[in-house]
Amino acid sequence: MTVEYNPDQKIPHPAMWGVLYKSSTPFWEGVKNKKIMLQKCKSCGNLLNPPRPMCPKCQSQENEWITAKGTGKIYSWVTFNEAPHPAFKAPYAAVLVELDEGPRIVSNMVDVKPEDLEIGMAVEVTFEDVAEDLTLPKFRKAG
Amino acid sequence: MAIESIKDKTAIVGIGVIDFSTNIGRSEWYSACQCIKLAADDAGLNIYDIDGMVKNIDDGPDPSYVQKGLGIDNLTYHSESHWGTSAMMNAVQGVASGSCNYCVYYQAAHRVSGPEKSISDYRVAREVKDDSLDMIRYDFFSPFGLIGQPGYVAMMYRRYMHETGITPEQLGWIPVVDSENAAKNPNAIFFDKPITIDDYMKSKVIADPIRELDCAPKVDGAIAIIVTTPEKAKSMKQKPVIISSNAAGMAPEGQFHTSYTRDVITELPEMKNMGDELFRIAGIGPKDIKLAMLDDTFTPYVPLQLEALGFCGKGEGAAFIEGGERIRVGGELPINPDGGLIGQGRFDTTRIVEAVRQIRGTSTNQVAGADTILVASGAGGPADGLILRKA
Repeated sequence: MTVEYNPDQKIPHPAMWGVLYKSSTPFWEGVKNKKIMLQKCKSCGNLLNPPRPMCPKCQSQENEWITAKGTGKIYSWVTFNEAPHPAFKAPYAAVLVELDEGPRIVSNMVDVKPEDLEIGMAVEVTFEDVAEDLTLPKFRKAG
Repeated sequence: MAIESIKDKTAIVGIGVIDFSTNIGRSEWYSACQCIKLAADDAGLNIYDIDGMVKNIDDGPDPSYVQKGLGIDNLTYHSESHWGTSAMMNAVQGVASGSCNYCVYYQAAHRVSGPEKSISDYRVAREVKDDSLDMIRYDFFSPFGLIGQPGYVAMMYRRYMHETGITPEQLGWIPVVDSENAAKNPNAIFFDKPITIDDYMKSKVIADPIRELDCAPKVDGAIAIIVTTPEKAKSMKQKPVIISSNAAGMAPEGQFHTSYTRDVITELPEMKNMGDELFRIAGIGPKDIKLAMLDDTFTPYVPLQLEALGFCGKGEGAAFIEGGERIRVGGELPINPDGGLIGQGRFDTTRIVEAVRQIRGTSTNQVAGADTILVASGAGGPADGLILRKA
């Protein structure tokens, strides 16, 4: 099941409040190019998602961005039976995916019903155009 | 590790609680002045004796308004804090350091009818102009519909179920016992009579696995607590409640209700750090605690607090609460005999008030021999707490 949206409501996304935050801009630019970008500390190699102003392991503020493979496993999920925002049609699930590189990412599944979700399920990224000007990274069952 | 300068240096001598409501029909300024006057009366203090004022930043008007409202001449100490009941630390420090004689900690928040913005309100994000921790929520959670605290906690709770086997049938004993206790507390507005575990299981599953009854409802309320030195307290109206220890705690990779970057997301390391410090300063251990006032804003945090504070081992929290026997009044470790936040609404300072009443022996649901009480706040985020004892 793909998340269904109410077409007359804007999906809450940084683009709709007019500013892309400094740290998250490379991530969302990557999504436009159908990539999941992870912040990597240039000093110690620590990978971070969401991005941060400083590496919490070595305090370096020098970083670069790498492309994740886009594969991982479901770490946890929550099924919303009531939508906390009018853009979303309940029920739908938000998933926490642990990427193979280590960092976790919040997303949604496509083509998997909430009741069929399992912790540990292998997943891979797919990119969904959810609105005219908005693409989101989502996940489907791997293989 | 902090020095032990605050041990037994301060005491609570007055409490003021207004009638809670879900539509109070007055301003937070009104309620702030009202609860402080009640606390001063409770302490037998003249309002002009108050010379220190502290509060949580987000809850109600700041001290300049309240000082003006009460007509107090001067405040030699005023300060605000974040999170839970951490402004209590400001009060303790203000008095222990000698910056003020009588410090009032007030929380005046009309969370239903008042001006507070919901944390799930995405419009707040428009006002954030720079990188902040909110960015993580708004940029990385909201686009996927992960919005609001019940959903944030549900993500952790699902994982907790997976790792420990905890079930809703176990967790439901928190709201069941809260409802039993709330029914005995005239200040608790949410349960006229106790619910059963079946009622809990039928409660609407809003953000699966979180049910409606797993979440403390919002409420309009106001509470004031007056702190002074034990020496001054000796000649005052009420039996003083000694603050044995007071501490806060944080831990790596914390984010309010959403510490998803931690290797293990099913622990409360902030609470563990806070608890270790509380026990170290007070020079006692979990077995010395007769009653625990724990943060039940969201029920999965209760077993996690029992584990973090050393009342049971890791993964044993669910078994501890199951059936309710151990956590009821008369049990091994009574929890929240006032009905907790599930019974009274989201108002963290109620825990301190009930602890004071228990030590005074004036609770409507009195625990026999409740002379040493632990109060914990801030589950799922920066933690703070107190160990209170009889003088």
